[in-house]
Amino acid sequence: MRSRSLTLALVAGLTLAMPMSAALAKDTGHIFISSENDNAVTVLDGQTFEVVKTIPTGERPRDMKLTADREQIFVIASNDERVDVIDIARLEVVRSIDVGDDPEMFDFSKDGSLIYVSNEDAAKVSVVDVAGNKIVATIEVGEEPEGILVSKDGSRLYVTSEVANMVHVIDTSNNEIMANIVVGNRPRRFADTPDGSEVWVTNELGASVTIIDGRTHEIKGTISFEPQGFRRDDVTPVGITMTGDGKTAYVTLGRANHFAVVDVASREIKQYVLVGSRAWGVTLSRDESRLVVVNGLSDDISIVDTSTNRVLRSVPVGRVPHTAVIDD
Amino acid sequence: MPIRTVLQGLLCLFLVFFWVSPAVADVIRFGYLELNKDARYDERRLFFRTLSRPLGPPFAGAEVAIREARFVGQALGVSFELERARGADAAALLAELDRLHGEGVRFFLLDAPGNVVAEIAQQTRGRELLLFNVSAPDDALRQAQCQAHLYHTIPNHGMQTDALAQFLVSRKWRNVLMLQGPLDDDKLIGAAFEASASRFGLKLVDKRDFVLSNDPRQREQGNVSLLTSGPDYDVVFVADSDGEFARSVPYRTVRPRPVVGAEGLVAEAWHWAWPRHGAPQLSGRFEKHAKRHMASVDWGAWIAVKAVIEAVVRTENADFPALVAYLGGDEITIDGFKGNRLGFRDWDRQLRQPLLIATHNAIIERAPIEGFLHQTNNMDTLGFDRRDSQCKP
Repeated sequence: MRSRSLTLALVAGLTLAMPMSAALAKDTGHIFISSENDNAVTVLDGQTFEVVKTIPTGERPRDMKLTADREQIFVIASNDERVDVIDIARLEVVRSIDVGDDPEMFDFSKDGSLIYVSNEDAAKVSVVDVAGNKIVATIEVGEEPEGILVSKDGSRLYVTSEVANMVHVIDTSNNEIMANIVVGNRPRRFADTPDGSEVWVTNELGASVTIIDGRTHEIKGTISFEPQGFRRDDVTPVGITMTGDGKTAYVTLGRANHFAVVDVASREIKQYVLVGSRAWGVTLSRDESRLVVVNGLSDDISIVDTSTNRVLRSVPVGRVPHTAVIDD
Repeated sequence: MPIRTVLQGLLCLFLVFFWVSPAVADVIRFGYLELNKDARYDERRLFFRTLSRPLGPPFAGAEVAIREARFVGQALGVSFELERARGADAAALLAELDRLHGEGVRFFLLDAPGNVVAEIAQQTRGRELLLFNVSAPDDALRQAQCQAHLYHTIPNHGMQTDALAQFLVSRKWRNVLMLQGPLDDDKLIGAAFEASASRFGLKLVDKRDFVLSNDPRQREQGNVSLLTSGPDYDVVFVADSDGEFARSVPYRTVRPRPVVGAEGLVAEAWHWAWPRHGAPQLSGRFEKHAKRHMASVDWGAWIAVKAVIEAVVRTENADFPALVAYLGGDEITIDGFKGNRLGFRDWDRQLRQPLLIATHNAIIERAPIEGFLHQTNNMDTLGFDRRDSQCKP
């Protein structure tokens, strides 16, 4: 009798727990951070910032993104030449996808069936079929491709070449280069406006952002960053993100240990905010109330309140953190 | 008559069409001048793999840079080509230079010892061309022998010894024993180090001449134990341009002291072990192409080509004077994969750059060392600053 009620209670508990855990899979509030030197993704509680779990991945995890259904996170494992797929409900790697030589950054095709991966050493972009786990095409680009962005309508792919100082615009229908645009020195990463009319690219050695017209491929403008007290050589913009309404851009300034808040329409730099050492990765929460900045050389992240642009907290994470993803 | 006019007009239009879009067919050629026999790349010496010496001729560095330019060339409608020419001496190289100049080449990489570079630069004054010294570190080429059209991508001796001196000061290894070889180049390195020592406040405990010999009558100068005995010091600096003696100094000193200069720890433009700022990718491309590690002179040739290409890109292939003005100006951003924006000093056309303080397989520091500040650019704490310059081309 006693044991039967226990079993019943267990069964009842399990049946209750199962849909709950499925519900938890979505919007856990967790913050995921890839750490290049730890071969792991650190999972933080979004409220307490305590470590929930450390998920082992392939070697040198770098770029990460949520899938469209927000149930999985794809993370590049550069040295293992693959993408590891993390199931958010289980907090573990559930499968791996081969993506070619020395991958660094990636983006999803509009329907999510493909990923476009920059292969830094090979000067190529690999087009990878996610379901079939195979490379379906490679596109030759300039040396050291890094930043990669699929346009909002899915028709174009933008890729930076750090060495050629240019952005390649690729037609996703045939994987052919439709334009080569010379931008600032050592172009790194992208953000685009919601209507796709502007594509912004950071220039690490140029201490600037180049604004490309998303329709004509012409250069529309340049924004130079000059935080007070820093020489131009110490201002090295890398990370960039934009609010959903396309009004505000956040640009991390690397060695200058600041990020810049930029009004997109006027190109005006509203503020420089001090964060940690070599600030690169930058991510907005879904409601855009918080900004997470990843500080690669101080092994921490800065949590920023976007209404005041003040750093609320610095949270230690793994060694050489690269990218943060928020599942909120 | 009217038909002729029309035809002429058409011809004009035709010409104008092709003339205003010359970019389509533009080829920018680099000449690469080197000696038939250059002792610096002698196989028997390369065999030692001395830390401060080249690992082979730097031509491959220029080739890698040309390959990197193919996309940007396409975007501009320009293609870049590299032509290698050899000669027995300065006169023969000058003849090759004349031939290539006649064919339209304006940018020349000079891979030759200092005296040959000085001679060629002297003989080509005032002509429409630029020379890039990619491998001669002689201080004099930046001072008394400098020329307006002679650019240097390889760091000079003074930059290297300043970088090491900064490092020693930062470690508080201030008392230095210097061992100096018998060759002219050894004396140049020794003089550069003495200048750096006084500039940064190092104390030269003693300066002793070494010879490469097993002759017992010369043992005071040939035996490392004897050379390193006597009053105490923190570190040994070896001024040895050849490197054969220097490689036997570490671990043979009487006192347990580190060795710097030509072996042990060196200050170099490039080292294959440099892990940051995209360096592993560049080193990887070079290794794939040349089947060996990349060293300083290889970087010197690579960055010379890169600098010209950067000027061509940013000026949209302007005419020669505009291109030269941009190349030597303050606006240019040359990416040397060392983390800083590089450019040429306007007083002696030396490429300002960080140096890598390296052992055989690790980068210990990057100079300028943190804390060594300069009023405009910290990289100008290495080598001849404007006020030290005697360059009057």
